[in-house]
Amino acid sequence: MSMHQQTRSGNNMNNKDIQNKNPRPARRGGGPGALMPGEKAKDFRTSMSKLIKYMGRHKWPILIAMLIASASTVFSIFGPRTLGQATTELYKGVMRIVQNDPLGIDFVTLNQILLKVMILYLISTLLDLLQGYLLANVSAKISYQLRKELSEKLNRLPLSFFDRTTQGEVLSRVTNDVDTINQTLNQSLSQIINSVTRVVGVLIMMLSINWVMTLIGVAMVPLSMIFIRVVVSKSQGYYRQQQEYLGHINGHVEEMYGGHIVLKAFNGEKASIARFEELNNTLYTSAWRSQFMTAIIMPTMRLLSNLGYVAVAMLGGYLVTQGRLNVGEIQAFIQYLRSFQQPLMNIANITNILQQTAAASERVFEFLNEPEVSADAAAPKVLDKVEGKVEFRNVRFGYNPDEPVIENFSVTVEPGQQIAIVGPTGAGKTTLVKLLMRFYDIDSGEILIDDINIKDLTRENLRSKFAMVLQDTWLFNGTIRENIRYGRQDATDEEVEKAADMAYADHFTRTLPGGYEMVLNEDATNVSAGQKQLLTIARAVLADPAILILDEATSSVDTRTEILIQKAMDKLMKGRTSFVIAHRLSTIKNADRILVLKDGDIIEQGTHESLLEANGFYADLYNSQFVVAGNTANA
Amino acid sequence: MIRLRKYILPYWKSILFAIIMVVVVAAADLSLPDLLSQIINVGIQQRGIQSSAPEALSLETMRSLQALQTPEEHARLLSFYDLVEPGTPQAKEKRSQIPSLDKSAVYVLKPINDAQKTELEDLIAKPLVFIQSLNMIQSNPEQARSMLGDNFPLQDLQLPEGASLDQILQAMPEAQRVKMLDSVNQHLSALEGTILRQLTIGAITVEYDRLGIDTQKTQTSYILSTGFKMVAVAVVALIASLTVSFFASRTAAGIARDVRSAIFSKVENFSHAEFEKFSTASLITRTTNDVTQIQMVTFMIIRMFIQAPLIGTLGIIYALEKSPSMWWTIALVVVLLLTVIITIFSLVLPKFKIIQELVDRLNLVMRENLSGMLVVRAFNKQRFEEERFDKANLDNTNNQIFIGRAMAFIFPVMNIVMLGGQVLIIWIGSRWVAQSAIQVGDLIAFMQYSMQIFFSFMQLSMLFIFIPRAAVSGDRIADVLETEISINDPAQPGTFDQPTRGVVEFHDVDFRYPDAEEDVLHDITFRAEPGQTTAIIGSTGSGKSTMVNLLPRFFDVTKGKITIDGVDVRDLSQVELREQIAYAPQKGLLFSGDVESNLRVGKPNASNEEMRLAISSAQAADFVFNEGDGLAMEIAQGGSNVSGGQKQRLSIARALIKNSPVMIFDDTFSALDFKTDAALRRELDQKLGDRTILVVTQRVSTAKNSDQILVLNNGRLVGKGKHHELMQSCKTYQEIASSQLSEEELA
Repeated sequence: MSMHQQTRSGNNMNNKDIQNKNPRPARRGGGPGALMPGEKAKDFRTSMSKLIKYMGRHKWPILIAMLIASASTVFSIFGPRTLGQATTELYKGVMRIVQNDPLGIDFVTLNQILLKVMILYLISTLLDLLQGYLLANVSAKISYQLRKELSEKLNRLPLSFFDRTTQGEVLSRVTNDVDTINQTLNQSLSQIINSVTRVVGVLIMMLSINWVMTLIGVAMVPLSMIFIRVVVSKSQGYYRQQQEYLGHINGHVEEMYGGHIVLKAFNGEKASIARFEELNNTLYTSAWRSQFMTAIIMPTMRLLSNLGYVAVAMLGGYLVTQGRLNVGEIQAFIQYLRSFQQPLMNIANITNILQQTAAASERVFEFLNEPEVSADAAAPKVLDKVEGKVEFRNVRFGYNPDEPVIENFSVTVEPGQQIAIVGPTGAGKTTLVKLLMRFYDIDSGEILIDDINIKDLTRENLRSKFAMVLQDTWLFNGTIRENIRYGRQDATDEEVEKAADMAYADHFTRTLPGGYEMVLNEDATNVSAGQKQLLTIARAVLADPAILILDEATSSVDTRTEILIQKAMDKLMKGRTSFVIAHRLSTIKNADRILVLKDGDIIEQGTHESLLEANGFYADLYNSQFVVAGNTANA
Repeated sequence: MIRLRKYILPYWKSILFAIIMVVVVAAADLSLPDLLSQIINVGIQQRGIQSSAPEALSLETMRSLQALQTPEEHARLLSFYDLVEPGTPQAKEKRSQIPSLDKSAVYVLKPINDAQKTELEDLIAKPLVFIQSLNMIQSNPEQARSMLGDNFPLQDLQLPEGASLDQILQAMPEAQRVKMLDSVNQHLSALEGTILRQLTIGAITVEYDRLGIDTQKTQTSYILSTGFKMVAVAVVALIASLTVSFFASRTAAGIARDVRSAIFSKVENFSHAEFEKFSTASLITRTTNDVTQIQMVTFMIIRMFIQAPLIGTLGIIYALEKSPSMWWTIALVVVLLLTVIITIFSLVLPKFKIIQELVDRLNLVMRENLSGMLVVRAFNKQRFEEERFDKANLDNTNNQIFIGRAMAFIFPVMNIVMLGGQVLIIWIGSRWVAQSAIQVGDLIAFMQYSMQIFFSFMQLSMLFIFIPRAAVSGDRIADVLETEISINDPAQPGTFDQPTRGVVEFHDVDFRYPDAEEDVLHDITFRAEPGQTTAIIGSTGSGKSTMVNLLPRFFDVTKGKITIDGVDVRDLSQVELREQIAYAPQKGLLFSGDVESNLRVGKPNASNEEMRLAISSAQAADFVFNEGDGLAMEIAQGGSNVSGGQKQRLSIARALIKNSPVMIFDDTFSALDFKTDAALRRELDQKLGDRTILVVTQRVSTAKNSDQILVLNNGRLVGKGKHHELMQSCKTYQEIASSQLSEEELA
């Protein structure tokens, strides 16, 4: 009966947690939302045809499953009718007993009929099993494939894509949207086939029993449909309201809990509770109304179905007395009538499911069709041994081509030189670095490494000559060893440990539970920020690059660790061309060249002394830091 | 759930009423099959004749009966009937029902009670059947013979042409009549129960035909009236069901509201220690998702889980009433169903439990891939990441395939068990029908009851899924509600002398986090004066932030005491205490709204001018007024639309506008560049001349010019003094300074 729906909402609940982590609100509301129209695809037909095309490679299992589904339904439709024959036979037998016919109940015929029923049901069950098995397989494989392609696509997208797409959006495509498609394939598809076949089949069976009764029974359908439409459109409003206020409440709770300290410090509890109560009361009203309106549907549908049932029983009874119908047929008819409603409701819901699926697949395919990074050079040059000479020649670049952030920038860096990049927060210091490693393509000019234009190299070849240590230490949920080995996959255990030792990460790693095999947890909170920094340095050490990109940490590292980090970085930079996003004066002063950035523009460059002499922005910046400390800094 | 009873009890009236209505729904639902079986049994098979006590008898039949009964029996029989003569008022009244009253007198049944009716039925059944059988001898001798048996002394009955049965019987000699009577009784005694009843009703039909009574009409009206009863029952079921939903939804939403509100107020009064015990994320889930779970389950329990066992139990009672001997068929199917359900669920449940883990893993790898995009590409690790994701993807897919297959298995199998049950019931039932232990209509009803029983058991099995989930949510909520808040107001809070000056003193303060093994702060003693800036410097984990968090009582000291103007902070109400402190936290926490609403957190009635001033003092004027929309500049949740440095500046502005005697800046300058940092500190010196300022920092440049610098190392105060003093006396300070400043700057 409603078992399919129950699984659906069961799965939904499992998804709720995920959905909450992602920005997009839950689309498939659980029970109450089951009949609610969800989101719509912008272009339904194209999205669906893309999805169908995508499913092409699983065409046969799906088609077979569909065929089996309809066959199973046909078999199960014959069940009640045949079972009805058994009742009729029984009834006839009773009549014979009453009339003292020695034959009495004809057990031979009866048993034959019952056997037939059992066989019908068994075949239908077997077909059902086969169909479910096939679809479970296919749908899981399709979602596996989609996810795999999404994850691979991810790595071929230009970084600019991620400047305008949030992580949550991407995640939601990989999990929620694929899940929606999976559910449609796994359950809705067979449900649709089942429902349609069942409605048609049942209608035929009912007609074959008696057309007047069928007419009466079916008359309930438009009535039910009108009723559902009315109730749904009403409850939809309440449901939306409920979701909206649930969103408000969640927002308020998140915010107040997140800012608990501030709230307490500013004695804001009372105001916050008052606001919460207000939201909570509104939520209460819309919550119970929404739930009530949804709960109206089932019993009212039952009433309508019961009315049909009564009408059929009465008319059937009358027809039996007229000898135009027999008892078993009434029984069968009633069973048919009862099994008529659920598939009808399912069909009514199909539009919603298809819309949701279309919207989900639209987003998925949109992602898959995003333009990818420009192709590597057709006949790439190969950088093997790198001296480390880096040259920017008339470089022009803008994240948005109309708004260049770097214009006509030129600089030549000799092998082994240290370049410090300085500037206020948000000046776009990392932009240069990103251009160098070709995360973005420049608009005009050229960047050369050892006199080879980086555009003539494959990205892989280019990047293999770099190592990067960022302030935002990124480590993944794996062991410490795996994380260091990230620098060079084929490194031996000894090499990993040696690199760690070079980066002053060996000692503390050995004191951790599990040592090198300790698994860093999500967000790597089981090691300190400073230790994370050292691990990323170890990773860079292992990579042993010709050119180095460093981002100095500004805060949240304790003094001792900071000294270690500094020493490790100094060691790492030795003999390598390095670009340092610098915060420490010692680094800046020792740099062979300082690039001063402001608002994404390189406004000055030179050595510490020459820049101070120029008395420009750098001098201003430098002096202002220590102005309160007296004039010593100007010496 | 039991731990939350306090929140459920206020709704006991609604719940009780809903439960009563559930009983009504269940009873109504179950009486429909019964009514249907009445239509089939009585309406169709018995042609609408409900009782085997005839409403009317002809004189002729009565005479025949007299011949077949003992005088006592016959006298008793007569006592139930009135003899109505044609033309009397009584006859006029009845003649529409009994047309033959026009011509002759008829025995009409007196109004009698049920006990009398049963007596009458027993009294009349056999002789009446016998009479009809004899009547049939003329029209259908073969059937009559088979009915009365081969050894029936038919030859004794010489039936002269034209003579009626009663005349013959009455003419029969006494001895012969007694003998015949015995033989009839003996013969008919084999007929009992439903078949005898059917035969009697058949006989009555013949009698009615003779009297001209329209049996067709009786039948139609019976079917109609039963039909209307069914409609009435269905309507009652609907109303009751809607009532249940109404009360259930209000109760569920109401309990959710109360619980939610209780948690929120509780959490708002939590101190820091409790927050850390639960973690913010977990508290959020407890307030939102867990409460929604409770709401859903409460509704389901009231609607489904009470209804299911009720329908199950009532169904069993009704079914057994129809046929007690077939109980085992239902039991068998229920046991089979439960076996299937329990087996499959015990197989699938562990897989269900790991769904979340696997999906989380999928998300985690993807999120790592996204957040580490630069690193991934820099190290050319795309393939590696794809493989990592592929593994998570494969694990998830395999789990899904398993669950999908199990689910594809469970429903068809449950279906076939139930349908098999139906077939079994007919198969077994037909034997009972043959032995006339049960009527066909009852068998059909029995089947329908059995279906309802099966469904209710299936619904009950869902308990296994939902109740444990709700129980977990309930426990998580109760854990929050039952938490003792560690920081409370004193019974009789003290007050400050007005006006408050803001002298902050720490006296031998020790502090240890709850459940920690070691103190975070040891023996901290210092004094911060109004008009002075006290900087607190030290490495991460040295206890700087903890120290300033003790002042507004986010935690209470473990030993020693903290005073403001000589009053122990624990002797004040928290509200009063915090009125005296303006605090800018480590993270620039902002609330959604706009700049104005955020500043008003600091001072609810601040004027526009005050706000402007605070903003420009906090070095935020540039992005608020020049680049943003001024005071109306929108702030997204968590301040996600402004940068870290901007958040900090706004949070500083919020503290500035509050302008309390004690100002705390907890590492508030870390995300600011040096230039802004310097400008801001200059501004603070000017604007907050008479305030007690506490600044937590990691930067020597920030601390350098303070009136007093406190150097913390591993929770101990290792240095106290001015920059140049500490440069000479304090090793920790020297270390910190030399890592941050160059030689010349240190001079």
